[in-house]
Amino acid sequence: MAVIIRLPHVGESVVEGTIGEWLKQPGDTVERYDPLVEVITDKVTMEVPSPVGGTLLKVLAQEGETLPMGAPIAEMETDEDLPEDSPPPEPAVIADYGQSNEQPGTIGYLVKDVAPVGPTGGGPDPAQTLTPDSETPVGGPRLSPAVRRLLREHGVDPSRITGTGMGGRITREDVLQHLESHPAAAAPASGDAADQDEEHLPLTPVRRMIADAMVRSASQIPHAWSTVEADVSGLVALRAESRASFEGREGVELTYLPFFIKAVAEALAEHPTLNASWGGDKIILKKKINIGIAVAAPQGLVVPVIHDADKLSVPELARAAQDLTGRARQNKLTLNDVQRGTFTLNNTGALGSISSQPIINYPQAAILTTEAIEKRAVVREDAIVIRSMMNLCLSFDHRINDGAEAGSFLQAVKGKLEGLSPGVPLN
Amino acid sequence: MPRTESKSKKKSKEAAPIPGPTLTLPEGITLDDLVDCYRQMVLIRTIDERIWALNRQGKVPIAASCQGHEAAQLGSLLAVEKDSGCFLFTYYRDLALKIGVGLTPVEVMCSFMGKLGDPYSNARQFPLQGADLRHRVIQISNVVGAGLTQATGYALACKMLGDGTVTLAYFGDGSASQGEAHEAMNFAGVHHLPLVFVCENNRYAISVPQSSQMAIDDVADRAAAYGFPGFVVDGMDLLQCYEATRKAIAHARNQGPVLLEMKVERFMPHTTDDDDRRYRPAEELEEARRRDPIVTLAALLVDHGALTQRQADDIKTQSTKMVDEATDAAEAANLPDVSTIHDLVYAP
Amino acid sequence: MAVKTVIEAVREAIQEEMRRDSSVFVMGEDVGRRGGVFLATQGLLEEFGETRVVDTPLAEASIVGMALGAAFRGMRPIPEIQFSDFMWPAANQLIGEAARVCYGTHGQVQAPLVVRIPYGGGIRGGLFHSQNVESYFFHTPGLKVVTPATPYDAKGLLKSSIRDNNPVVFLEHKKTYRLVRGEVPEDEYTVPIGVADVKRRGESLTVVSYGLMLHYCLEAAQHLAQEDIDVEVVDLRTLTPLDTSTVLDSVKKTGKLLVVHEDNITGGVGAEISALAAEHAFDHLDGPIIRLCGPDVPTMPFAQNLEDAYMPNTEKIAHAMRKLAQY
Repeated sequence: MAVIIRLPHVGESVVEGTIGEWLKQPGDTVERYDPLVEVITDKVTMEVPSPVGGTLLKVLAQEGETLPMGAPIAEMETDEDLPEDSPPPEPAVIADYGQSNEQPGTIGYLVKDVAPVGPTGGGPDPAQTLTPDSETPVGGPRLSPAVRRLLREHGVDPSRITGTGMGGRITREDVLQHLESHPAAAAPASGDAADQDEEHLPLTPVRRMIADAMVRSASQIPHAWSTVEADVSGLVALRAESRASFEGREGVELTYLPFFIKAVAEALAEHPTLNASWGGDKIILKKKINIGIAVAAPQGLVVPVIHDADKLSVPELARAAQDLTGRARQNKLTLNDVQRGTFTLNNTGALGSISSQPIINYPQAAILTTEAIEKRAVVREDAIVIRSMMNLCLSFDHRINDGAEAGSFLQAVKGKLEGLSPGVPLN
Repeated sequence: MPRTESKSKKKSKEAAPIPGPTLTLPEGITLDDLVDCYRQMVLIRTIDERIWALNRQGKVPIAASCQGHEAAQLGSLLAVEKDSGCFLFTYYRDLALKIGVGLTPVEVMCSFMGKLGDPYSNARQFPLQGADLRHRVIQISNVVGAGLTQATGYALACKMLGDGTVTLAYFGDGSASQGEAHEAMNFAGVHHLPLVFVCENNRYAISVPQSSQMAIDDVADRAAAYGFPGFVVDGMDLLQCYEATRKAIAHARNQGPVLLEMKVERFMPHTTDDDDRRYRPAEELEEARRRDPIVTLAALLVDHGALTQRQADDIKTQSTKMVDEATDAAEAANLPDVSTIHDLVYAP
Repeated sequence: MAVKTVIEAVREAIQEEMRRDSSVFVMGEDVGRRGGVFLATQGLLEEFGETRVVDTPLAEASIVGMALGAAFRGMRPIPEIQFSDFMWPAANQLIGEAARVCYGTHGQVQAPLVVRIPYGGGIRGGLFHSQNVESYFFHTPGLKVVTPATPYDAKGLLKSSIRDNNPVVFLEHKKTYRLVRGEVPEDEYTVPIGVADVKRRGESLTVVSYGLMLHYCLEAAQHLAQEDIDVEVVDLRTLTPLDTSTVLDSVKKTGKLLVVHEDNITGGVGAEISALAAEHAFDHLDGPIIRLCGPDVPTMPFAQNLEDAYMPNTEKIAHAMRKLAQY
């Protein structure tokens, strides 16, 4: 049988050898341990003895050739088994073999999900994550591992606990004291305490991420709320008028959502502090207007993002919204779809809600809900008339904006929606 | 005492008959002992050469050859074995000593390949390093010189216990430069310890020649400074090495330390990882090889009718067969179980 | 019960073990006629004679190397390195050789020796009579490292060390020798190696320390008790093997960890304790892990004010405890 003879691994720090003189020629009979070939390494010049006895068939490496250890150098015919080294030899890997030994410059790397960007879309983009502190709230209360564990075990919302630690931090003692004074809360949220009156559902990873994100927002952002009422009778008429032709022309269903997004995007451009986030010792204004839209997907809440929403027309917004909500429901969103949101819009009206107090999508500055459009009896010029009315509910980070800015923003959205009427071009 | 003994010989009270061209066997041994030594020497040489070949095949990571040191090691070992009250601290070139005390060829091969069956360290250490307590040998490390103070402490304990043991500490000319060589000899001299220092001087500390290591010709001269006798011995002559060691053991047991400097040759590079052609003249090596202790001993035995050429050939054939079998057995032996990596960091 | 100093406890332990076991002997510079520069071996020469109380030349490598060789022959030597600062010539024998004896001979050979090393500062010893050397040994598998702080522990642990079949580095803080007194039973007792001791129970935070610093920690804890801060003080007593469960149990209970040692902060024992807590008690931590240690300058400057600046003390420790408690 023919076997391949390899350049053996020899020497404490040697990875390659140069073939010197072949001491046997093809056709020669070789005894086991007979010197076969001379090999020159950095450290020694040596004669490599044959690992088997037989006949040299072929020389695979020529004199003067430099090879990595483990490389084939000859073929021999033998009746003996070629004893296996243990572990079996692997050719040493030598980069840019025979050329310069320069290290390759960049080999690229995988940016992992370093922050929970998933369902709520509010995570900072990867570039920002690599430079810590850029958007991390400084001095804000942080939860220690022990506190987080206790909250988790007992299902307690930290916003209900007053921190007594440094800078208002919630300490482990604070949680324990809270549990003592609220015995109901003290029952562990999971595990053995389940009795017959309860059923304990295990948390899905998405549920847990949503929970963590909500806790983070609720505990770190001081929320304030404001609601205005808008008369959208014109919008209702406009949609009724153009719906059929729009859908025929664009191939997309015409809902109210693209109008809402457009109004919000325009109002954000006029009110940059609503398109911002808290930077500890500064306020970070976002130059892009990327609007997240909350979607109830089967696995839970997700917030895909329409990037540069202010640059899109109503038909484009309609298409983008349909595409994102469709893919959200099929669980086909990409990482990009849920990243870098700067403001969130939740069309709670689709669920029939008429008023909400939403939790801000951390670390954004505000979140707006568009509530159900209802015909209501309202007074216009001292007469009671029936108009299509809706509520716009805003939650905003009170560190960044006061009621005045928030109110001005809401009025802007309201004005843009009320300005719509049949005949207005859809762009 | 040997014909090349140093000036410090003057301190020695006794002079011994020299084994000369007409064979007068030293006290305590027979021609049969010498034939046994020859048989061992041939086996050891065969093993040594095979280990070198296995290194070149990538199967033995590292080896230090004892070729050229065999007469010194086996000659002194013959005295040790005749005495039966000795303990040895060896160094890394003492392959002949370690095999001579009773290690089997399979054990040697397992040790060199890092396989189970290595009696010294169970494949934790470099080959034949650790201990072989069955044969009263310890060599903890290859930090040269470190074993010398340990041997001194061992001898101190033997003296405290009054058990009559004589400790022999083997080392090379390189170790002689270590501070601990001085500390060991100094203390041994102060306390008259039952200790024989055996310096196998091959005149090279890896590549550094003796002239760059010390300003004297003979390491043995240093003994005078520690208050005990030192002798130069022809380390290529088995009988001289035997006789010098025999007397040294007796002296150590009754009066205190002795330093023996055995002048030997290193036939091979420092280790398999060294290329001595870079620093050693070829003629010097050629000259040295003419004094191959195996050839010398064979000639002596043949001259005196203790060995025929045919017997010599048989011995070589048998050795090769034993080494072939040992190599195969070691190649087939198992590696240590990885789960044992944490074992014996501490003694129970 | 009789109150004794640390040095008396050390002396008694050696003396009792030498009486108990004829293979135990002491060796080192000035251990005989002089009785040791700290008088740890005072009176032993008179009782046991020159064979078992060996005055050696000033040569640390051979003091440890020879002790190791004697241990190979079945003896239980107690070599003394006069000051920790002088152990470096013996570093190879201890870290390079002794630590590897059992592993490197696969258990054939054991090295039952106890290297006694007075160490530590706060005594105006300057750079070469104050060194903290424990982290070098702590990093070395195969060695046991013992750092008692009280007379009771010093005696009990030294006896256990002498009876142990492994090389033990027995570190005696020089400043505790006569400064620290405590009750020592007349009856025979030992303290096991590898078991930490909770020297003070508390709920607010855990302080882990050893050696001289333990006493400063206890003092600081006492001050803080008046401020209703309830500090638990863990005395490691043994650095190797480390009693991880006592440390972790305490940290899990209090949720806060302060480690105090005199040795340099970087790569010290405190770093390992911190990593241990971060790795195995993470979900219980209710504050950052704090180390209060010697700064990263060579131990230890000679000038009084520089030495004071180097040494952790009761005040500095109390301050660190208070801050952590308030976190």
